[in-house]
Amino acid sequence: MEKTINITLKVWRQAGPKAKGGFQTYKLENISTDSSFLEMLDVLNEQLIGERKEPIAFDHDCREGICGMCSLYINGHPHGPDTSVTTCQLHMRKFKDGETITVEPWRSAAFPVIKDLMVDRRAYDKIIQAGGFVSVNTGGVPDANAIPIPKAKADEAMDAASCIGCGACAAACKNGSAMLFVAAKVSQLALLPQGRVEATRRAKAMVAKMDELGFGNCTNTGACAAECPKNVSLSNIARLNREFICAKFQD
Amino acid sequence: MAKKEQIAATIKSVKEKVEAVKDKVDQITGDPATIEAVDAVKNATVKIAKAVKAAVENKDNVITLAEAKIPEGPLAEKWTNYKAHQKLVNPANKRRLDVIVVGTGLAGASAAASLAEMGFNVLDFCIQDSPRRAHSIAAQGGINAAKNYQNDGDSVYRLFYDTIKGGDYRAREANVYRLAEVSNNIIDQCVAQGVPFAREYGGLLDNRSFGGAQVSRTFYAKGQTGQQLLLGAYSALSRQIANGKVKMYSRYEMLDVVIIEGRARGIIARNLVTGKIERFFAHAVVIGTGGYGNTFFLSTNAMASNGSAAWQIYKKGAYFANPCYAQIHPTCIPVHGAFQSKLTLMSESLRNDGRIWVPKKLEDAKALQAGKLKGRDIPEEDRDYYLERRYPAFGNLVPRDVASRAAKERCDAGYGVNATGLAVFLDFSDAIQRLGKDVVASKYGNLFQMYEKIVDENPYENPMMIFPAIHYTMGGIWVDYELQTSIKGLFCIGEANFSDHGANRLGASALMQGLADGYFVLPYTIQNYLSDQIQVPRMSTDLPEFEEAEKAIELKIEKLMAIQGHRSVDSIHRELGLAMWDFVGMGRTAEGLKEALKKIREIKKLFWSEVFIPGTADDLNVELEKAIRLADFIEIGELMALDGLDREESCGGHFREEFQTPEGEALRQDDKFSYVSCWKFNGEDKEPTLIKEPLNYEFVKRQTRNYKA
Repeated sequence: MEKTINITLKVWRQAGPKAKGGFQTYKLENISTDSSFLEMLDVLNEQLIGERKEPIAFDHDCREGICGMCSLYINGHPHGPDTSVTTCQLHMRKFKDGETITVEPWRSAAFPVIKDLMVDRRAYDKIIQAGGFVSVNTGGVPDANAIPIPKAKADEAMDAASCIGCGACAAACKNGSAMLFVAAKVSQLALLPQGRVEATRRAKAMVAKMDELGFGNCTNTGACAAECPKNVSLSNIARLNREFICAKFQD
Repeated sequence: MAKKEQIAATIKSVKEKVEAVKDKVDQITGDPATIEAVDAVKNATVKIAKAVKAAVENKDNVITLAEAKIPEGPLAEKWTNYKAHQKLVNPANKRRLDVIVVGTGLAGASAAASLAEMGFNVLDFCIQDSPRRAHSIAAQGGINAAKNYQNDGDSVYRLFYDTIKGGDYRAREANVYRLAEVSNNIIDQCVAQGVPFAREYGGLLDNRSFGGAQVSRTFYAKGQTGQQLLLGAYSALSRQIANGKVKMYSRYEMLDVVIIEGRARGIIARNLVTGKIERFFAHAVVIGTGGYGNTFFLSTNAMASNGSAAWQIYKKGAYFANPCYAQIHPTCIPVHGAFQSKLTLMSESLRNDGRIWVPKKLEDAKALQAGKLKGRDIPEEDRDYYLERRYPAFGNLVPRDVASRAAKERCDAGYGVNATGLAVFLDFSDAIQRLGKDVVASKYGNLFQMYEKIVDENPYENPMMIFPAIHYTMGGIWVDYELQTSIKGLFCIGEANFSDHGANRLGASALMQGLADGYFVLPYTIQNYLSDQIQVPRMSTDLPEFEEAEKAIELKIEKLMAIQGHRSVDSIHRELGLAMWDFVGMGRTAEGLKEALKKIREIKKLFWSEVFIPGTADDLNVELEKAIRLADFIEIGELMALDGLDREESCGGHFREEFQTPEGEALRQDDKFSYVSCWKFNGEDKEPTLIKEPLNYEFVKRQTRNYKA
């Protein structure tokens, strides 16, 4: 049978980037524990629209944990209390009847608030633009099986590549560092022969861009990997550091 | 038009002349034999004239091979011939040409990156906060290519043939052959970009099999193939953004295309953060905005996926082809509550090792529905593996439309396995016994985890429950062989166009088509158009055409904001979705489709009188964004129903219950419906005109699809 709970929500509301924000409290009754966290917010928004009020703005899209669009800092955790999930995969069965739930946007200097719970994450795109690619044009590439790649390496690259660019790592970090995000991309490409060619140049360029955009320094607290919805491993940061130091020596 | 009038005038003058001769003969002779002879001449003349007139009128409503720009020659040489003879643009001139690409999915991102690499200036638009989030990212299972790395008999021809057959012989031969031809280049390209495809221990690429094929030709990256391919295209795009060759506009939504002297010359877009309406010029416009599956409200599409860009260009004169061909994917997590916002797909790859069944006994099904039994409690001999029973040759790997209908048939007969009676089992117990839990986990672990998070049940211990859901739309904007729409300078790629999948798409073919269009087809064909445009200077966006287009958008938004009714956008969208699912879903009838048209028209009235949009238009306003899209979804739904009503046959994803074999298989009517239905817009609330593109099968013999033997 369907179970329902009653909850109180404390939600960050902020009209625009320069407006002063604050928490607002909402009560919700008979929320099905089978509904996802975002479906619960849908219910709240329907309620607000019914009262002719402005609904809460929040980012979301695929609702299956892969697009990286949803964010939300829930009860002090990026993507909420459950592990290995994004907010859209978080279900209300993880909360207790009568619980008060606090919902905030990502808090990071490099991710300014646009409205309510929505933030601007274009800084991540800019880091990728600085070097998160293999410099090949369309066409004129060798056969896909021309270069064998050990399965273990390919699998490791795949694990690093599973980063969804949601920003939870930077939001979780007390320094607001984007190291895990940068490390995931640098690792994926450095592990594969196709990306190895420009690995050091890439590491340097991406780290420089990260620093320039106002992300903080990494002090190895590990909060990023603990909160990462895709379990991107801290070992990627070690690999990035290795690439980066090699690059410095080459200079 | 002038031609038609000319013919009408000729017919009239012939009639008058014959009439005059008859009168004269009457006066002179009065001889009955002469009168009879003259009468016969007159009748014959009128008949010929009528036939000519009808032929001319009919010709206006038919698209010829030449208009579809299908190249001459044998199938395997068409694309080579085309490339050898097409016009190109030299590097210096490329710099002077601007191209707008709308969308950053597999098709949009790959096209934007490739065009920029070649030297064109590209303006790329997406509604998400980053181009990396387009819904291609959610594709799970894989991408097909005819590499034949497995040495299991694959070839370009076989991939072509499977795709044509899978599409129930409703796709263009030439397009599909080209798709199969370039499929191998896509895999090479992606590997070069650093896409981490799954590999064997020897270091070479691994493959798996998918529905509708008897070979293993699907390349994959865990259950996240779409993500990895999109990130590959996104990285190529990012490189060009850094090079300054692509100007990226994220959180922008295209609201209209601007046509100047019959050619697409730009778009009007809304900045979703500020609400500002802006104008953009380009020498050509490319639409890659995906499908319209969200017409059904509940679908596997992302929340913001929409059909509006396609619908706007339809209203400006681009034909909309085969709108009724929508794909219902057999393996989705069943609907579980009224609050549900979307349906989650479980990859088709699961059917490689999972077996689909329902109980043989109705009383077992009843007990499952009441929650008194679990799937694992039902003994082997009481299980009906209905796909294996009905389709021994393909078993659980029949194409999607066949698998979906078979699930519906069992559930309609009362054998559904969950509380709503709308679910079947997908069982891995055999695979776990055969391969061990670890192997199953390494292949499908992330999918199992996703299932458990949503349903709160462990699929290693109890079989998964699945049910069909709307997933993909094969129909879309009509394009010729060059991927150009019926408007000059306006191109359409990826799921947004109608081109390659016929009436049903095979698994792992959407990624293939999106990337084929973007990397290897459009970058060639668009040059054939742009080579004529090198003398055209950049135009001012102050031209009256831009002015008018923007004004029309502003008026529409004002009208929407002024309604101030009492219904939320979503509540109306849910109503539309229900009408679509009930009457334009898996089983359609003439009666049901008429009912759908009636209901949709009522919903349209309700929307335009009762919708309530809070906030203002000159600010970030999510409800307004949704309302603009819903206004279009309602009209798309109407056209889907109209097209479904017109197509009196069953083919692929379009199943008309009146047209089935005694065993319940789809019954095509090749003599009547072997054509692409292209709909031409005639104005608001007016019936669109049906234009037909005949499908001539020169190289493949059409057969009844058979997955049994």
